[in-house]
Amino acid sequence: MRVPILKQGSYLIASVQSSLSDEELIQLSDDLIDKVSDVRSKGVIIDVTVLDVMDSFATRVLRDIAQMIKLKGAPTVVVGIQPEVALAMVSLGLTLGSLKTALDLEEGLSLLKNPLSEDND
Amino acid sequence: MSKEILENNLDSFNERLPILNDRDIVNIRSKGRKFASDLGFRNQDQTLIATALSEICRNVIEHAGKGEVIIKSVIIGKKIGISFIVKDNGPGIKNLDRALQFGYTTGRGMGVGLSGTKRIMDEFELETKQGVGTTVTMTKWLNEFEY
Amino acid sequence: MSKKNKPRDNKNINPEESKYPQIPSQPTDDTTASLLRELVAHLRQKRSELREEWALRIQEAELLTAMNKEEILAEATSVYDNYVEALETGTYAALQAYSRNLSERIIPRGVETHEVVGIVLLLRDVLARSLFSKYRDDFSKLNRILDAYEPAANRIANTVAVGFVQERERVIREQQEAIRELSTPVLQVRERLLILPIIGIIDPKRAQQVTEQLLQAIRRNRAKVVVIDITGVPSMDEKVANNLVQTVDAARLLGASVIVTGLSSEIAQTLVVIGVELSKIVTVGDLQGGIEEAERELGYRVEYVDPSKS
Repeated sequence: MRVPILKQGSYLIASVQSSLSDEELIQLSDDLIDKVSDVRSKGVIIDVTVLDVMDSFATRVLRDIAQMIKLKGAPTVVVGIQPEVALAMVSLGLTLGSLKTALDLEEGLSLLKNPLSEDND
Repeated sequence: MSKEILENNLDSFNERLPILNDRDIVNIRSKGRKFASDLGFRNQDQTLIATALSEICRNVIEHAGKGEVIIKSVIIGKKIGISFIVKDNGPGIKNLDRALQFGYTTGRGMGVGLSGTKRIMDEFELETKQGVGTTVTMTKWLNEFEY
Repeated sequence: MSKKNKPRDNKNINPEESKYPQIPSQPTDDTTASLLRELVAHLRQKRSELREEWALRIQEAELLTAMNKEEILAEATSVYDNYVEALETGTYAALQAYSRNLSERIIPRGVETHEVVGIVLLLRDVLARSLFSKYRDDFSKLNRILDAYEPAANRIANTVAVGFVQERERVIREQQEAIRELSTPVLQVRERLLILPIIGIIDPKRAQQVTEQLLQAIRRNRAKVVVIDITGVPSMDEKVANNLVQTVDAARLLGASVIVTGLSSEIAQTLVVIGVELSKIVTVGDLQGGIEEAERELGYRVEYVDPSKS
């Protein structure tokens, strides 16, 4: 299933609806990068609330997406990582690097709107 | 006596699943999670188990193209747990020590796959032979219980 | 008892159970099926006699000592009926449910695993003896009956024992969790600010538990900043220190930042030894300073107001 990407103001929101196969993740990556250029988005939110596993591949793809979008001048925030998933990620040795995270969509949007207050990581 | 009974008879599940493509990885890890949940693992451990399974199955797809996984419950001594045997007939791993190092990758992950998985499972064994294939056997235990 | 002889087919057939050998419903082996039917009929007919003998043997073997005679007979009757039903239908769902329920009731009374396994083995023995005496003149039939009976009986013993063990595990786990929860409170001092004071020696298991609780609390309280105060922790081994670092990283993944306060020089050293860059963790000398730092991060301003002028 393709991940829907919604435009809200000048932001793009990709909200993952179900577990993603590798192929679907790459599709999401392609879609997002295309769309960021199309709409000149000021920021991207990827909502992963429904994901019950984030393995090294998913983590890598998210990091890559953020990096490519950054090259196009927009920040990316990943929102909704579940507590169990976060702990499994760090146990496995995975980090999101400089990629920003927020609790949920609302927090993610406010992070994009007021980037200065959060620029210390 | 009870120990023998349990050892001889505990096969409350034992399932063999093919790993043919990246869709299968998603199905296998959700099945692994379900079995772990049936056995009484807490949500956090279920997530660790599903993540480990995802890593190892992806290795199979990336390096061997296809393989299979056996998911089963085990009892050894005072311990009850869930075991996965992930097998492929791929090229095998050339330099095992290096593959088990943190940060080493030949594939699409982040180089934490094998070393990280080893860390989050309680038992982890990897057998590999060049040109023959690779088998990973890994187990997560529930708390030990006393007879 | 005659009405009980009527075979009750297709009762309790649970699709989940299809992976188990469904002896009577498999048409491939008619002999096994008919032998089992004969067996079930025999066990129904001898119901009161056999279950009483079983209850007696349980007492002789000094099993289920936490229960009195009447209780043992009542449970023996239920187990017996469930046992026969499992033999008849080849499905174990009802037996499984009953054994969980039984375990739930007897675990608080201190019944041990060996007792549960013991009583099931005794029942197996009582039934086998009864079959011996019934078929003693027809040795080949006896053998065939036992061949049909053994695998089903093993499976039943297994189902009951595993049900008991799992239930016991669950109870123990619940108790452990309750104790741990009491020992590490996560406090909300302000909107979006949590404080986690850790006191005492932490072993890896407790560390894991604390981490999980904190992460859940972050989500539940929509916390943005967490202060972990470890003033009360005298020392940490590498495993626990690693866990602290993981906690900080995991909280970040949820979108919350962590401030660690009260880090002793000894623990700081442990962190350096395991290769943690201390610059990656925000540390503040004491809890008071940590809370002030957290408030700044949240956008609060701390200001002195002279009470005489207000």
